Amino acid sequence: MEKFSTLLSPAIPLVQENVDTDQIIPARFLKATSREGFGEHLFKDWRFDEQGHPKSDFILNNPEYSGSILVAGENFGCGSSREHAAWALVDCGFKAVVSSYFADIFKGNALNNGLLPVQVSPSSLKELLAAVQSNPMTFIEINLEAQLLRVPEIGIQEHFEINPYKKTCLINGYDDIDFLLSQKEKISAFELKHIEF
Amino acid sequence: MGKTLFEKVWDNHIVDTVDGGQEILFIDRHFIHEVTSPQAFDGIRKRGIGLYDKNRIVATADHNVPTKDQHLPIKDELSRLQVDMLTHNCEEYDIDLYGLGHKNQGIVHVIGPELGVTKPGITIVCGDSHTSTHGAFGAVAFGIGTSQVEQVMASQCLLIQRPKTMRIIIDGELGNGIYSKDIILYIISKLSTSGGTGHFVEYAGTAIRSLSMEARMTICNMSIEMGARGGMIAPDETTFEYIKGREYAPSGQQWEEALAYWSTLYTDEDAVFDKEYVFNAEDIEPMITYGTNPGMGMGITQHLPTTTEVERPDNLLQSLQYMGFTPGASLLNTPIDHVFIGSCTNSRIEDLRIVADYVRGKKKADNVQAFIVPGSKQVEAQAKAEGLHDILLEAGFELRGPGCSACLGMNEDKIPKMEYCVSTSNRNYEGRQGPGARTLLVSPLTAAVIAVEGKVVDPRKYLNEEALA
Repeated sequence: MEKFSTLLSPAIPLVQENVDTDQIIPARFLKATSREGFGEHLFKDWRFDEQGHPKSDFILNNPEYSGSILVAGENFGCGSSREHAAWALVDCGFKAVVSSYFADIFKGNALNNGLLPVQVSPSSLKELLAAVQSNPMTFIEINLEAQLLRVPEIGIQEHFEINPYKKTCLINGYDDIDFLLSQKEKISAFELKHIEF
Repeated sequence: MGKTLFEKVWDNHIVDTVDGGQEILFIDRHFIHEVTSPQAFDGIRKRGIGLYDKNRIVATADHNVPTKDQHLPIKDELSRLQVDMLTHNCEEYDIDLYGLGHKNQGIVHVIGPELGVTKPGITIVCGDSHTSTHGAFGAVAFGIGTSQVEQVMASQCLLIQRPKTMRIIIDGELGNGIYSKDIILYIISKLSTSGGTGHFVEYAGTAIRSLSMEARMTICNMSIEMGARGGMIAPDETTFEYIKGREYAPSGQQWEEALAYWSTLYTDEDAVFDKEYVFNAEDIEPMITYGTNPGMGMGITQHLPTTTEVERPDNLLQSLQYMGFTPGASLLNTPIDHVFIGSCTNSRIEDLRIVADYVRGKKKADNVQAFIVPGSKQVEAQAKAEGLHDILLEAGFELRGPGCSACLGMNEDKIPKMEYCVSTSNRNYEGRQGPGARTLLVSPLTAAVIAVEGKVVDPRKYLNEEALA
């Protein structure tokens, strides 16, 4: 997993609430057997028409907006547990998603792939979306070490929460499996006294 | 202070607590399928490690298998590759696989309980969000991503933050023609698609107690549709009766010991939940969804919300535009193109019985294509043995082989653009059943009545006098 350091980037505003993982990557594109290449199907049915031409009214197709941060409406990533949603976002160059609420499984999947979910208050999200929509060159700074999201131009500075263990993993590029493998003795000891009917 | 059912089971599986409050949770049973496992096997190989315990893994092919001509090679090349890869991986690692053609093949959340692998008091994970289904037995069961599938393969554990607890009590008696699918659609319509996020839900109350195991599974299955990590119901006589005698159920002395332990799995009277809701079963109508997430549901005789009744009118309008509906309208008499009876929510024998009971001697409407996809080979065999098969065929329903099918349209079973599908599945997201498809989620009875009438109707009006008595 790639190490996460401070991010300073313009952002892409996706105002829609309750964006589910079927929209992020529709089920018919889940047939690949590797983790690569899902980016081309990211938001497939919102991004492309049936002939495969980009839809001009979808925000990811608007050339004015760019960057590695997605600012999305409340309850991002609900629905299916498919990790392909996180892989598709990472494959398209996203390093962070900012929203006022994330679905649990998506949040875990994102963290396991070096994609930082940044949860801000509903009022900050509203301001962020408005600022980025009106000025695509609004830069958002995300400092993981300090757990701070800043947009000095509009006076936003907000602390965000992240599990300290997950934070260390992201900063160092470790994953959970490395850690769990180091705990094997404890796990075997547990299993010996664990009764399952 | 006493413990909740969830806490009793969860705490019994904690190997250790690490910095930052994450816990190492031991996983008793790991279900895998073709779509979310290949990258995990690949990861195991790349790390040069083996599986922690192959005997704790059960595999089946369900998500993208065809439901027609299952004995022939899979036509879709990518689907075939994925299913073949599961077979290859299970051979290499010597994992029990219920693949296509096996007498126990089926949707993972149907076969687990059916085989007796799913039991009270255990932890179960699977790379599928509807793993919450197994909570109906008093297990802690939840969906995980592929990186976590790999974690469990490697260590039999998950590193995880303990969820909060929620209890939803449904007291009272359900009206005639109202089923557990209506209960869960009602709850989600009240709490929204994110109302359960961060929580593990326990369903309790007299209305829940009176339900069969199949009906309980339908409720727990859709816990994820309100964002909850999982859902569970305390085991009781109904649970024990269901498990007894199944292939992997304990027997003899072990059965007695299991019963003694399982009987301790309930929420203590003085236990405290982080959140609690109480609903009355008498308030629940047959439910139907009108929008593009499972929280957008209503009683079938109700009117759609208007733009002044919701917080985000733009979202409502976008959703209704996709569905081809007008704010404030009624859905009654809306013509329907397809009726799909299947999915891990409602494809069990009881669901097929409800449908067959209603359509016996009737015919589906000409404008409707009605198809039934049983949850497993066992359900299919039982339906045949009970004569349901003939009743359904005579009524004009098409019967397919088991799989996830049109619930998510990974195989050929897709609903065409802009056509309406009344479905017993669990998600009505845009494009879920195929690009541009319009999904209305309902119970199996409502689906059966709509298949016969060809349009949205209140099923209660079509139940005969005998059923009403």
